[in-house]
Amino acid sequence: MRLITVAGPPSSGKTAIICKTVEALQAVGTSVGVIKFDCLSSGDQVTYERRGIPARTGLSGNLCPDHFYVSNIEECLDWGLQSGFDLLISESAGLCNRCAPHIKDICAVCVIDNLSGVETPRKIGPMLKMADIVVITKGDIVSQAEREVFVHRIRQVNSSAIIIHVNGLTGQGGHELGRLLKDAATVETLQGKLLRFSMPAALCSYCLGQRRIGADFQMGNVKKMELG
Amino acid sequence: MENHFADMTLTRLFGEHPHAREFFLAIGLSELPEELPLAAAVAALDEELLLDVGVERQDLLRQFCDYMAGMEQLRNQQQAMVASVTVLGGHDKSGNPENFRLELRPGEVTCIVGPTGSGKSRFLADIEWLAQGDSPTGRTVLINGAAPDLARRYAVEQKLVAQLSQNMNFVMDLSAEEFIRLHAESRMVADPAAITATILELANSLAGEQFTPVTPVTALSGGQSRALMIADVACLSSSPIVLIDEIENAGIDRKRALSLLADQDKIVLMATHDPILALMGQQRLIFKNGGVAAIRSTSPAERANLTLFEEMDARLTAVRHALRNGEEIAGGF
Ligand SMILES: Nc1nc2c(ncn2[C@@H]2O[C@H](COP(=O)(O)OP(=O)(O)OP(=O)(O)O)[C@@H](O)[C@H]2O)c(=O)[nH]1
Ligand SMILES: [Mg+2]
Ligand SMILES: [Zn+2]
Ligand SMILES: [Zn+2]
Repeated sequence: MRLITVAGPPSSGKTAIICKTVEALQAVGTSVGVIKFDCLSSGDQVTYERRGIPARTGLSGNLCPDHFYVSNIEECLDWGLQSGFDLLISESAGLCNRCAPHIKDICAVCVIDNLSGVETPRKIGPMLKMADIVVITKGDIVSQAEREVFVHRIRQVNSSAIIIHVNGLTGQGGHELGRLLKDAATVETLQGKLLRFSMPAALCSYCLGQRRIGADFQMGNVKKMELG
Repeated sequence: MENHFADMTLTRLFGEHPHAREFFLAIGLSELPEELPLAAAVAALDEELLLDVGVERQDLLRQFCDYMAGMEQLRNQQQAMVASVTVLGGHDKSGNPENFRLELRPGEVTCIVGPTGSGKSRFLADIEWLAQGDSPTGRTVLINGAAPDLARRYAVEQKLVAQLSQNMNFVMDLSAEEFIRLHAESRMVADPAAITATILELANSLAGEQFTPVTPVTALSGGQSRALMIADVACLSSSPIVLIDEIENAGIDRKRALSLLADQDKIVLMATHDPILALMGQQRLIFKNGGVAAIRSTSPAERANLTLFEEMDARLTAVRHALRNGEEIAGGF
């Protein structure tokens, strides 16, 4: 089975492009399952199942969804293997911009939309910088100039990725993205595989549930800003 | 290449290649010891800072070199001239063969007609993705008469098709001048200021109402936006093919807009059901059931009709103008 990790800011169009791409893949007989990771709630599973795409959801609650993802991805892979999929896609919303679900030797996709503004590529961490494929959505509503500047800004932070435009509404580009995903490496186990980048140690007192403000209550990994 | 940059001090590197600084800024590395050679500066970067911005030290030099090579390629416009795009027919949704060979050349306008869902988007996608009999339509696309290098398929910097449609708007919070300049800089053109001035002038010559360089792009009228988009695509876009989805008949000189694109040697494809625009093209592709059902050259009789329609259009425009001025719509228009 092939595994693909798809990540991107909330509402960037991940579900939309996955649906369109899977449609193209199913048309040529490829079976695909999706695992969705989110914090509190997600309607994506319903969206997938309505389109005949088997899906599962993992909700991380008050944990960083990417941390939650790493602790669960192995079991998800097993679910995919048992279900006999050709391709398993994990969808996760990059919420902290610093964690990324991408794993070494596993095809990594980042979805980012033209509407998010040209500064956005600079604000996204390893999720974008270390992706193999960057999918740009919502090109149908901005100008050609903005699309070209956006590509340039992505190139600045990821010089080697394949950058591809996919329209989440019409599906244009989905067939071509599917072709790329079909070439992804196969994987039978994730035992011993490495994340592409470390996830930050979120170990201050606030991570542990502290609510009071003030130096007395700050422990562990505390970092202070310089105000000059 | 790698060593060539590695031994240069950052001061010299940034002096000779202003876009090199952009690379580090984009990644989030703004304070660098500029007196050091690149390799030493990278080696001296704080581990925690690298963790914060999310890059691996050992990847940084390679990424930088890839980026510089990409920018150099843009500057040299290594995009080989596209002298023709040939589309060989595949089949429609029911599997009936299309049997056509279509040649598209720079400076020509080809119109695309047919109801929604008749296969117009897939046709464009076939061109954009250089179909080689492997897309759902089975069509084949040749560049300059030969099968293209398939590496080009996923090379976004060499995208074949630029698009302009009625749904597209500017979303950036910049003035017209800043906006075009930003685009020019990202395209690595030699003289961004000069090309920006040219584009603003051309856009104003297409737009019914003038706008100034300091007008925010989001405040432009529909016609002005369209005019600016067309002038920008004509002069700055890297793509040899321009796909236009209708040009609304308000606030823009459509005939001049098309000839501007043609003069810049663009291959123009235009999806339209507007009689005047459709007849301005040299030929029309007629879509049905997911396939090209016919290709029709604009005949002399149709050209004669075009002149007639343009006269009718001018009369309607005069009526609109009179309405806006509060005149009585009576008598001969
Ligand atoms: N115009 C336009 N809208 C799009 C495009 N792609 C997605 N959308 C819309 O953007 C919205 C968000 O898309 P989703 O696919 O739900 O985004 P997501 O990234 O899966 O969102 P979360 O899973 O909630 O983080 C939806 O309303 C989509 O219809 C596109 O290419 N063009
Ligand atoms: Mg989603
Ligand atoms: Zn996190
Ligand atoms: Zn914390």
